[in-house]
Amino acid sequence: MEFSLEHLAAAIVILLFLGGIALFRSPRTARQGGWLNMLAYAGAVAFVILRYPMLNPAFVLIAILLGGTLGSTLALRVSMLAVPQMIAFQHGCGGVAAFLIAFSEFIREGADLTTLAQVGSVLGMLVGAATFSGSLIAAGKLARKIKQQPVFLPRHSTILCGLLVLIISLSVFTVLQIGLPIAVGSAIGLIVISVTIGVVFTIRVGGADMPVAISFFNATAGFAAAFCGIALSNYLLIGCGACVAASGSLLTIVMCRAMNRSLLGVFAGIRPSIAEPAKLPEEVPIEAGGMEALPFDQAIAALKRAKDIIIVPGYGMALAQAQEQTHSLENWLEQRGARVRYAIHPIAGRMPGHMNVLLAEVEVGYDKLFEMEAINDDFKEADLAIVIGACDVVNPAASTRQGTPISGMPILKAHEANAVIVLNLDEKPGFSGVDNPLYGMKHVIPVWGDAKVNLNALLSSLQE
Amino acid sequence: MLSIIVMLGTFFFILGVGYFLVSRVPTLLHTPLMSATNAISSITILGAFILISKSIPPLIAILVIVAIVMASFNCIGGFVLTDRMFKMFRK
Repeated sequence: MEFSLEHLAAAIVILLFLGGIALFRSPRTARQGGWLNMLAYAGAVAFVILRYPMLNPAFVLIAILLGGTLGSTLALRVSMLAVPQMIAFQHGCGGVAAFLIAFSEFIREGADLTTLAQVGSVLGMLVGAATFSGSLIAAGKLARKIKQQPVFLPRHSTILCGLLVLIISLSVFTVLQIGLPIAVGSAIGLIVISVTIGVVFTIRVGGADMPVAISFFNATAGFAAAFCGIALSNYLLIGCGACVAASGSLLTIVMCRAMNRSLLGVFAGIRPSIAEPAKLPEEVPIEAGGMEALPFDQAIAALKRAKDIIIVPGYGMALAQAQEQTHSLENWLEQRGARVRYAIHPIAGRMPGHMNVLLAEVEVGYDKLFEMEAINDDFKEADLAIVIGACDVVNPAASTRQGTPISGMPILKAHEANAVIVLNLDEKPGFSGVDNPLYGMKHVIPVWGDAKVNLNALLSSLQE
Repeated sequence: MLSIIVMLGTFFFILGVGYFLVSRVPTLLHTPLMSATNAISSITILGAFILISKSIPPLIAILVIVAIVMASFNCIGGFVLTDRMFKMFRK
């Protein structure tokens, strides 16, 4: 092989992408990093179009306009709460593109493909198709269109292993028969089985583990792109696929660590699934839980007294759409000279970094958002911790009780604060199903009910 | 044989460099990071462009066109969403 103009272009584009990712290091430069990525992408497209003149550009243009219009319209309208399912859906679309391209190359070149390219295109089909179906299931679970609880088929693991054995043998068969009409049929068979595997694999993952699943499919989308690159002997695709695979793998590891679970454990659904997931606010009448006069007044007094406050937002806050009210409370406290910080648990949202986005949307300054490691030791000096719609991530049972689904999971030590206000829907356990001893502690003031309603009530009392 | 080594070498080298760079992205920005890399993964669209420049049977051409629709949805949607999120962190 010789070094060509194509290799040079690929190297420049990959360097630009890596440079863009390097700029994500700080919120100040991140946006420019995004622009650099767009520039690199546009440059790569321009280079390929000039080098490979299309036979029927009209169709291609229509296809781009169709996909682009749909994509940008959805991306501009989607709420920040729904971003995880939007991204999962996009992973699915990327998976479709990958397996279609791998399949087309496999069929078109047939026996002329090198062995390496054959293997690449088969892997591209497999990983692309499984990413497609798995991501759609993940998107459905995130959007609550599909049941949140893990679905166990009878002999689930046996079925999965059987499918894997089947797919490996069929892959070998397909590569051996390449060029013959039967290879087309078995390649289609491969895609169908991979789609099935994606489904069987993902239905077993519970709603609370979606941050891991979505990161994992981010990685597989990258691998699929890299395999397409091997099929087409295209270094640009290989390099870009590797960038994405690196990012997805890292996020998967970060999420597993945050929950103190193994990747295998997450995908095997090893989690006592007896627990009912937390109920949606809309399913519960707002009066439920009721606001007893006493805790409410205690909360008011605690808020007026506190000088050093840490807010612990959870996914329940986002479900109750109480971000604005939380920000207003923060402003009120700061106007009185108090110091307010947010403690963000890595799995506070439904995907890596989700809670930060939800708070940034209502213009909470990002310098007030602290990761768990950075703020956990400060709880014991804080006058007040305000837990809003968070349960498992502040559950002290994680470190005190053995054998629960959250045992060993690092938590935010909100219970160490001098006083704690809990603004949760009810005293039911969170996703994990483990009762939260925090609620019964003496220095804890539970204000049950819809967080938005209660925060509004607290704010209007405070502002009187 | 050489091409196998070069391709796998490229893949693992960039995987390593990418992992290093991504590990320095603060958790604050992990959602837009995933959205951005998601958009980058639609680079497979280049494969579709290369395929469509060659004479291919109409049935395959339809599949490639579908792939272009999907990849451009992924790409443009991904970049727009990423930029929307990054904008929120610039205060």
